[in-house]
Amino acid sequence: MSEVKENLRYSEEHEWAEAVEGKTVRVGITDHAQCLLGDIVFVETPEVGAGVYAGESMGSIESIKTVSELYSPVTGKVTRVNASLVDRPEQVNRDPYGEGWIVEIEVEGDLEAELGKLMTADRYRQIVD
Amino acid sequence: MKRTPLFPYYAGYPAVRCIDFGGWELPVQFYGIQMEHDAVRGQAGLFDVSHMGEIWVTGQYAETFLQQLTTNDVSRLKPGQAQYTLMCVPEGGVVDDLLAYKIAPDQFLLVVNASNAEADFEWLNEHLIGDVVLEDRSERTALLALQGPLAARIMARVAADDVGELPPFHFRFDAEVCGRKAIVSRTGYTGEDGFEIYVDAGDAPHVWTGLLQAGEPDGLIPAGLGARDTLRFEARLPLYGQELSKRITPLEAGLGMFVKLDKTGGFIGREALARQKEEGLKRKLVGLEMVDRGIPRSHYPVFVQNRTVGEITTGTQSPTLKRRLGLALLDSEYAGLGTEVWVDIRGKRLKAVVVKTPFYKKSQPSREGEPS
Repeated sequence: MSEVKENLRYSEEHEWAEAVEGKTVRVGITDHAQCLLGDIVFVETPEVGAGVYAGESMGSIESIKTVSELYSPVTGKVTRVNASLVDRPEQVNRDPYGEGWIVEIEVEGDLEAELGKLMTADRYRQIVD
Repeated sequence: MKRTPLFPYYAGYPAVRCIDFGGWELPVQFYGIQMEHDAVRGQAGLFDVSHMGEIWVTGQYAETFLQQLTTNDVSRLKPGQAQYTLMCVPEGGVVDDLLAYKIAPDQFLLVVNASNAEADFEWLNEHLIGDVVLEDRSERTALLALQGPLAARIMARVAADDVGELPPFHFRFDAEVCGRKAIVSRTGYTGEDGFEIYVDAGDAPHVWTGLLQAGEPDGLIPAGLGARDTLRFEARLPLYGQELSKRITPLEAGLGMFVKLDKTGGFIGREALARQKEEGLKRKLVGLEMVDRGIPRSHYPVFVQNRTVGEITTGTQSPTLKRRLGLALLDSEYAGLGTEVWVDIRGKRLKAVVVKTPFYKKSQPSREGEPS
């Protein structure tokens, strides 16, 4: 069974979002998602400064077998990307909620309102279990 | 969905993931593609490929019949030998690629792709001659593939006969594995040494478990379709539906050595293939390596300037070589080694270069009769 972390928010596309500082959220894919994908070999991220939109594709994640879109859980601007994934994309498999984070996004609207549109851990757990 | 006799055993692996593979519910992985791929390259892996079709061909005219239906020369086989071959339509495209085993002068076993098994049987049936009888034994036959450099060592522990002595593409009809009757051949689809083991469906669980136990000290693990695909891809072994189809000829796919245009009596598709050879190939299957960051995948179009010059048939990041590689069917003028082309990866044109294949070759001498 895959891990769902308590204090994060979740999208239907299996991304997680965590408020880190000010209006910035850190984003990655869930344990469930990395499990489904299998061995991840390439993460294509948006560039710093790029505008991203909730529910829309902002990049892709490739495993040995397949390609999957990376959706943004929130609307805003990319402020940081996890550069270590270039050489070590397998971090997403090993530690999807930690070292395997993918981007940080500065939310455009109200942070609470934006996160409020996403699922709680309890709700997300119901979907993946 | 159809299931093999080993389906209940998949559940014992927590990371197992099954997919619909042409109507079959089969494991794409037991642990992870990378780990299973590495096991086969380094030690050994065990595949359940019971979904493959087994069609028996019997009769005094069986050999003549197969000569007409297949591109390779069946008359070169002695009992106990197998060959890789293809069936073509008159236009030269491929009905299926298969292994033909000569059991006896009047009996052959054809091992065909699961997704084509029914169509193959129909195709064969439409062209029957003389006293030839076809029998589809796919349902009652299970097929296990033990592949990897340590496969022979593991087999020696469970096989009554010295199957380790079998040269490539030879088989023993009356072998015994884990105490059960089996056909054992020195064949495979991974680019490594190995065996394919045909047993009665009812014996499959016993043999599967026995082999895994015998191989455990050597690092043998079960491997799924995902690793099977990456392994065969690195070794440039074609997959029907990707490198081969009714619209791709064996010559275009680089399988000319399995097409014996001069064999006596000819075969279905010979005229078209002879003409294609004479006129020169318009398309060729080549290896591509990405220069830009991006992974090529099946059906991605390939460009030179603004012209489509072909498409990717299979692509992935090679688990052995860690290079972003693809096989592509390209217009011949762009098939030369070192040619720069651009792969359209989801809207972005990324640079790639034509490279030599196979991408991976095992260190021992290469095996006769394998596509190269």
